[in-house]
Amino acid sequence: MKNFNGRVLFLDRSDINTDEIIPAKYLTESTKIALKPNLLEDLVLEGFDPQKDIEGKSVVITRDNFGCGSSREHAPWAFEVNGINMVIATGFARIFRQNMFNCGMMAVELDATAVDELFAEFAGEETAIETDIDKGIFTISAGEISRQISFSISEYDLSLVKAGGWVEFADQNY
Amino acid sequence: MGKTIAEKIFDAHLVDNPSGDIQVVRLDAVFCHEITTPIAITDLVARGKDRVFDATKIKAVIDHVTPAKDSKTALQGKILRDWARRHNIVDFFDIGRNGVCHAIFPEKGFVRPGYTIIMGDSHTCTHGAFGAFAAGVGTTDLEVGILKGVCAFKKPLSMKVNISGTLARGVYAKDVILALISKIGVNGATNRVMEFSGNVVDAMTMDQRMTLCNMAVEAGATSGICAPDKVTVDYLWPFIEDEYPTKEAALDAFNVFTPDADAAYTDVIEFDVTPLVPQVTFGFKPDQVKPVSDMEGEPIHQVYIGSCTNGRFEDLEIAADIIKGKQIDPGVRAIVSPATPDIYSRALSAGIIKIFMDAGFCVTNPTCGACLGMSNGVLAEGEACAATTNRNFNGRMGKGGMVHLMSPATAAASALTGTISNSPLFQPGGDNQ
Ligand code: SF4
Repeated sequence: MKNFNGRVLFLDRSDINTDEIIPAKYLTESTKIALKPNLLEDLVLEGFDPQKDIEGKSVVITRDNFGCGSSREHAPWAFEVNGINMVIATGFARIFRQNMFNCGMMAVELDATAVDELFAEFAGEETAIETDIDKGIFTISAGEISRQISFSISEYDLSLVKAGGWVEFADQNY
Repeated sequence: MGKTIAEKIFDAHLVDNPSGDIQVVRLDAVFCHEITTPIAITDLVARGKDRVFDATKIKAVIDHVTPAKDSKTALQGKILRDWARRHNIVDFFDIGRNGVCHAIFPEKGFVRPGYTIIMGDSHTCTHGAFGAFAAGVGTTDLEVGILKGVCAFKKPLSMKVNISGTLARGVYAKDVILALISKIGVNGATNRVMEFSGNVVDAMTMDQRMTLCNMAVEAGATSGICAPDKVTVDYLWPFIEDEYPTKEAALDAFNVFTPDADAAYTDVIEFDVTPLVPQVTFGFKPDQVKPVSDMEGEPIHQVYIGSCTNGRFEDLEIAADIIKGKQIDPGVRAIVSPATPDIYSRALSAGIIKIFMDAGFCVTNPTCGACLGMSNGVLAEGEACAATTNRNFNGRMGKGGMVHLMSPATAAASALTGTISNSPLFQPGGDNQ
């Protein structure tokens, strides 16, 4: 099972698409690791610098419809090879969300108010998250402030995360 | 309670229900291309699972970058080609016989009403035009599809889109879907199937229905879908004439997959297209749409007619009609890419290719090409393209480039003026019926 703890990267925008996460020109790569330097390089977001802002981050918090666009699994892989295994958002595009769990990664949905509060309270601060997937809780903290947030993922998604992804799960079960 | 098309298809294919709303369905076809499949193949090999569930149900094509443009794309082609040979995948289309996946697979008769189809490509929803459930998936789902012939989906919810009225002359399926996306937004149909119905859809050809369903994913939909009818049967007849005694018998069999009158939809959208005018996108999201008349005069540097959205025969015919005997503006470069060799060949026989060449267009081989900015017409920074494709994301056709999505008629008219322009077929305020 992958690690879902660590420092948070805030991406304050909705509809961040897969071309922004990893541009189509890198789809010719035949290995995942080759995607590492190009994560979010075309992201349109005021003040965001992919060269500086991604380093050392393990969790992304963002807004609605994250990962819309193409079906490329290169998008979750580009996160994975940068050590980011969890994205928390108001909502996800279907394929991206499925790709995350299929890779044994976490796509966690919270309602818009909860996400608004996370941005209001923590964005701009040095923030970290610790996740207990069995309890469905993560603890988010910055300096003195710390909050526990519960989330729900389906039993099935949880079994994919625990099996290490859908290929192993399907080959065993079907 | 009655059922939607997608629910009927899922019922007929259900294998397992591993939890709550997750349904594992049996697949009738797995489509593959050289951008997303090689990495799935490499991973299956690495896991010691280099197997295919049924070589006759796997169809593969090299279409995105063909001929290969560099060593990396050559390697992707090679991995797919070697794998197809190794597993005796007969329906594999290599250069000379290859075309854009969502154009060539229907053309070969690989899609049938009631089918379940996946592909590692978001515009797989195109095949819903035939009354199939066809969805784009990621690499892992593709691997499992190849290996086991199954895929897991959430129990399908559907949105009904009832398209009524009369399309004005010079207004097409592309304008309808652009207007619809702008109405509901880029996630207006997320996690739902868009089920298209209404007299306008009934009157559409298969080419037009494919244009409509192709862009369902741009509104976030899992798939677009049209109920099978006589138009579907007529299109498929050459492929199914041995299976059914008459067209009526085929239609009866396919009618199993028409929706029930009391089916449950999450939303019902009524869209009267009578007042609709030609549409064009202006930003980096496919729901940023305006009437062409509001964008007229906006300069463009390139015109691209092609792709799985609008690179079919009817599209080329419409564009050729507009440019016939004329010259493209000297300030633009124009590219047309017939989506399959068959379309190319028909266009050649019909004199359409000559019309394009005489007007100053570059005619390329069938390929995705500029659509995804990997070859055959990549934009330079600051350039704009009038394109019949389906995606205008930032950098899609080249870093710093702008893509304006539009119909083939609008693209052809824009090629003549060098700016975004309404086609002469459309007369604002006039009688366009
Ligand atoms: S034509 Fe464009 S949208 Fe269609 S399959 Fe090819 S790259 Fe994708």
